[in-house]
Amino acid sequence: MRKRISTLLLAGATAIALAGCGSGGGSDTAGVAGVAEDGKITMGFSQVGAESGWRTANTKSVQGAAKDAGIELKFSDAQQKQENQIKAIRSYIQQKVDVIAFSPVVESGWDTVLKEAKNAKIPVVLTDRAVDSADTTLYKTFLGSDFVEEGRKAGKWLVEQRKDDAGPVNIVELQGTTGSAPANDRKAGFAEVIAADPKFKIIASQTGDFTRAKGKEVMEAFLKSNPDIDLLFAHNDDMGLGAIEAIEGAGKTPGKDIEIITVDAVKDGMQALADGKINYIVECSPLLGPQLMDLAKKVVKGEQVPARVVTEETTFTPEQAKEVLSTRQY
Amino acid sequence: MSALLRHRLFWPGVVLAGLLLLNVLMTRNFLAIEIKDGHLYGSLVDIARFGAPLILVALGMTLVIATGGIDLSVGSVVAIAGALACLRIGDLNDQNSVGGVLAAVGISLGLAVLLGGWNGFLVAGAGIQPIIATLILMVAGRGLAQLISDGQIITINSGPYKLIGGGYWLTLPFGIIVVLVVLALTAFLTRRLALGLLIEAVGGNAEASRLSGIRARGLLVTVYAFCGLCAGIAGLMISSNVSSADGNNAGLWIELDAILAVVIGGTSLAGGRFSLGGTVLGALIIQTLTTTIYSIGVPPETTLLFKALVVTVVCLLQSPAFRAKVFHRRRRPSASSTASEGKVKVPA
Repeated sequence: MRKRISTLLLAGATAIALAGCGSGGGSDTAGVAGVAEDGKITMGFSQVGAESGWRTANTKSVQGAAKDAGIELKFSDAQQKQENQIKAIRSYIQQKVDVIAFSPVVESGWDTVLKEAKNAKIPVVLTDRAVDSADTTLYKTFLGSDFVEEGRKAGKWLVEQRKDDAGPVNIVELQGTTGSAPANDRKAGFAEVIAADPKFKIIASQTGDFTRAKGKEVMEAFLKSNPDIDLLFAHNDDMGLGAIEAIEGAGKTPGKDIEIITVDAVKDGMQALADGKINYIVECSPLLGPQLMDLAKKVVKGEQVPARVVTEETTFTPEQAKEVLSTRQY
Repeated sequence: MSALLRHRLFWPGVVLAGLLLLNVLMTRNFLAIEIKDGHLYGSLVDIARFGAPLILVALGMTLVIATGGIDLSVGSVVAIAGALACLRIGDLNDQNSVGGVLAAVGISLGLAVLLGGWNGFLVAGAGIQPIIATLILMVAGRGLAQLISDGQIITINSGPYKLIGGGYWLTLPFGIIVVLVVLALTAFLTRRLALGLLIEAVGGNAEASRLSGIRARGLLVTVYAFCGLCAGIAGLMISSNVSSADGNNAGLWIELDAILAVVIGGTSLAGGRFSLGGTVLGALIIQTLTTTIYSIGVPPETTLLFKALVVTVVCLLQSPAFRAKVFHRRRRPSASSTASEGKVKVPA
């Protein structure tokens, strides 16, 4: 019995090894990353997780676009853990995929695994989130939103809205996961714009881990320790939605007593915006799949690509939200 | 005085009081409780309300640990229960129908009991070490939760379901009432009936208890199933509070908080002894700590360090060896040890 099992395992392992060779084509003989004889590109994609509706839409966009572009996609979900992501990237290197794309969970700690990819001559494309590595040759390009700009857009709207207000304007901030690029950058961009006028004061700022549950819990505490909150800036819609429940629980009206600005524009968030519970949403579009596949084809062919590609995005007011709500994909 | 000092819950109590005092100093009206929209409203209510799921999970964990075991899978069971309930409710034609919500709640809790019982079977029936037996469900369970929710966050809009974790009944948060009921039942079963004694006997020496006629296997399965049930209820509360189920993040790391709460409360990880009151106190310390961090504005980058420091202080204060060393040295100048007993409180 035991012997039979080990034979089966061996057969399975061989099959996997063969599959790996088949898709990788001549990548180990040719100097440039290889494309198999049939021209089919294999991409290894490591996703952060499925922590929000935004992320799910991003996943679907990547999967859909890969299918349309005829690229074979190996997909893995890191469940918000960097070690899972590093493991996934290592396994893609072993499988000799043609290109690796990933959204880093956090900004730091990627040098070693990216060097391994570079040594294996597999080009890497960062999507949606950046890494803070000093060596920019470790990846070909970074496709994604400009989080600092998103923070600035949120700040500009606030400054414009309150230009006739003598102040002070007391602001609380719900940050994303500590150490993540969107949290760091949105915070920086927002702070940069509102620093121009001393009437804007961030009186409390805590992490809500990009989740509704934490957003609600932290906002409850803010409401108790700070009686005069004028505005909430949440780094994503989900935390804002949690905070709305906390504000309602405190007997205040979200959108009126406390104005809310969020980032992302997922469907639940847009619904709240249309209902007047959120006042302004800065879009952070997850639909970057088609752009990613174009870039992947270019880097595999060895063509030059810009080091930074920004996804196209806009902002929404309640009126605009009502118009586009029915056609919102995610 | 010395009797109070020797009480095993004295030092955790001091830490909780210290945390509350810190909050009072930093925030005015921290202890104030008012009636808003017909229910109690205030920071203390928040601590009890957000602490409710942790207290429940920790209660189940206490009994498991008392048998000399451990249950790492509670976080996954939390996620599974929430995901299954929200999935069922999302499929209802009328999400506000009480019957449909009750059915969904019943199915989720049934599954939670089943998963707990499965752990119990692996431990008692198959003789696998508890840490490994429950590790299986810890890892696989989160996958199961995502399978149920299809990797998405399920958002629902159901009044009756909202009551469990976010609603109020007789001005009290419903979650707290649930905790009180479960706590009272557990205390009655374990302290007024022989069940607690049997659990401690199994935890103290499984073989000796079996030889003395205790049916250890059945008992273990029951205890693990109870732990699963507690985690299931906690999962319903967490998902109900935000009207959505998040297979990835719901109950993440709650098993560690629960174990910590149990240990702070004076239950021995070796088994054979447990304290329900201590566990509740431990869970309240952890939740108060979290609320304190938000209220006094500890920067997010240093949150974990701050938590670690407080937990270290609690554990050191709990250690008789540490107390004897530190406080003995200070006491030495004064001649009689009984006279200085009262001063021991000062350094805390």
